[in-house]
Amino acid sequence: MTAVTTPALPGAETPPDEDVPMELHAAPSGPDRVFSGVLAAASAVVLLVLTAIVVFLFYYGWPALKEAGFGFVTDLTWSPDTGHFGLLPLLVGSLAIALIGVAIATPVSLATALMINEYAPRRLKSLLTGVIDLLATVPSIVYGFWGLELISPKQAAPAEWLANHFGFVPIFRTPTPGSYVNSIFACGLICAVTIIPIITSISREVMAQTPRDVCEAALGLGGTRWGMVTNVIMPFSRNGILGAVLLGVGRGLGETMIVVLVLSQANILTPKLLGPNGLGSIAKQITDNFEASSPIYKSGLILAGLALFVTTLAVNIVARLIVQRTAAEAV
Amino acid sequence: MSTVTDLARPGGPPPPDSGPGGRDGSAGDDRPVRQRRIGPTAAAEMGGSALAGLAVVWVAFSVSGVVGPFGFVVCWLMAFFSIYAILCWQRHGVLAMKDRLATLGVWVGALCALIPLVGVIGYVIIHGASVALDHFPHFFIADFSQYTATAPVTSVGAGAAIVGTIEQVGIATIITVPLGMLTATYLVDHRNTFSRVVSNVVDAMTGAPAIIAGLFVYLLWVVPNKLNGKSGFAAALALAVMMLPIVTRAAQEVIAIVPGSLREAALALGSPQWRSVLRVTLPTARVGLVTAVILGVARIAGETAPVLFVAGGNAHYNWNPFKGQQDDLPLRIYQMIFQAGGNAVRDAWGVSFVLVLVVLTLFLLARLIGASGPGRRLIPWHMLRRTSQGIDG
Repeated sequence: MTAVTTPALPGAETPPDEDVPMELHAAPSGPDRVFSGVLAAASAVVLLVLTAIVVFLFYYGWPALKEAGFGFVTDLTWSPDTGHFGLLPLLVGSLAIALIGVAIATPVSLATALMINEYAPRRLKSLLTGVIDLLATVPSIVYGFWGLELISPKQAAPAEWLANHFGFVPIFRTPTPGSYVNSIFACGLICAVTIIPIITSISREVMAQTPRDVCEAALGLGGTRWGMVTNVIMPFSRNGILGAVLLGVGRGLGETMIVVLVLSQANILTPKLLGPNGLGSIAKQITDNFEASSPIYKSGLILAGLALFVTTLAVNIVARLIVQRTAAEAV
Repeated sequence: MSTVTDLARPGGPPPPDSGPGGRDGSAGDDRPVRQRRIGPTAAAEMGGSALAGLAVVWVAFSVSGVVGPFGFVVCWLMAFFSIYAILCWQRHGVLAMKDRLATLGVWVGALCALIPLVGVIGYVIIHGASVALDHFPHFFIADFSQYTATAPVTSVGAGAAIVGTIEQVGIATIITVPLGMLTATYLVDHRNTFSRVVSNVVDAMTGAPAIIAGLFVYLLWVVPNKLNGKSGFAAALALAVMMLPIVTRAAQEVIAIVPGSLREAALALGSPQWRSVLRVTLPTARVGLVTAVILGVARIAGETAPVLFVAGGNAHYNWNPFKGQQDDLPLRIYQMIFQAGGNAVRDAWGVSFVLVLVVLTLFLLARLIGASGPGRRLIPWHMLRRTSQGIDG
């Protein structure tokens, strides 16, 4: 109702219509201070959990770290019982799965995001949003089981074709001649399904922040819809999409059950991605060996878990900061 | 060539809104009206190209003797796109060609997102529905204590796992929902360094590897408690670690869209901060909050990795989450998949069907509640309250 008494001033910072809460500078009362403290304490729990995870993993991983030293990054063999703690074949495998997943998921996600924002009729829009939400809700063990039973055998023929015709590129080969199932590539392919929702939703949010009047100006000047997308929306949301893709990498790194069910690993550092018994994965290594292993092996696995956790967290935080910066520029 | 599409560069601040006067009641959507009719010519061009592409690829595949449905579809799409591109280029110019190809590409890409969803749910129904529903409700009641590699489906069931999932997810929900709500309220109301750090940590934790939560609770709970460590409660703790960021983030989004004017009105009427939060902000957002919690529950009910080392698994019923090992649905699927031979895979599909059924039901419930809109009452509060005067009364 303020609009009636104070008409919009031309130079006003915010239009009177906007719903921005007023700044209050009163000293809070006693109960309010208690309430505020309770809220802050609740918020601190998340930080506490994060710190506790890092501390616990580090504490229990310390024996392995002490024994391995720099061997963690320089050693190429993973065999903690004989004193080899080479993490590289595992970490590279986890990264490769995430990158393959992102490479497959990104085009699909961007198309879906554009579809929802710009192309789809209204009814299809809510259907597509539902589909994306549902993709994120189906449990990853079900994806893994489905991938193990259906996708991994089905992708073998195209993978073999790829190996036969493009085998001169090392990544299009198999470490086990003649076999193309249960590979890093198959894992990445299935992980793409769980990566699609996150890239779609984030890039959709970012694209929706493009100033609508610039888009309309583009159309009004006679540009085509694709012209508007490439010249207005894409330049505007480039950073945000980059952030979304990075978040997808983080999601792929954290994926556990799909990899555990589908991958067949030998923890060898090799560029060949199309077959079994090549690179390993940290998540699978932990899951398969954790319970029935010697104390030092356990410690090594915990340290590997810490490495995975820190890597994933770092990727996620960088990605979020990029997305946030784009969002801040939009305002 | 592309001068038409070389448009004003974005980046400058958008011109200030011309004010509220220009909008009418339906101003929520100020997108342009677009003519989206596909004329008969355009439809003929597209259909013709598709058919021509199909014909070309068919002939090429027959002649070369190559088989493979995947390659066929890919080659057909490529042929279709090239023919359509040439046709549009010749008839309408290069700009229209780019636009139409892009539109087609966007449609195909978006349809690709549908494939895995339909594929996975269809596959689970085909392989699991008959197992789970054949002797309904037997599969939902019995447990796996009678399992042998050759046991018929009538001797096993997911009952114990269902009980475990309900108890573990229930405990995790009880732990995380109050924490998540309070944190979300704090993050919305306060803008300082602490809240920014917490907000970023919450975001980052939503993508944390699930196996780490299991590892953490194993070290935190199972190792100190030795033999009694593995229990439903430990699994609930691990699930809570996963669930807290999910619920917080979703609640934050819901609370952030509560109109500031409502809160200000409460403050202006002399309500203290805590009252305005508990009586205005949270009740206004309750539909969204319930949706957020149900979605969080749906997401967490299928998590396997966190419970792997800490629930222990149990073929028998165990109603007590605080004592003894417990089963749950994802863990049961995992154990059956790695059970060698026999009917294990069949039973794993049956349990998968039950799990997908649970998750989909929760998902649909959340969508239905979310779609009912903020005005509806989820629970008849006015009947439960002592006094009838309330902010939302």
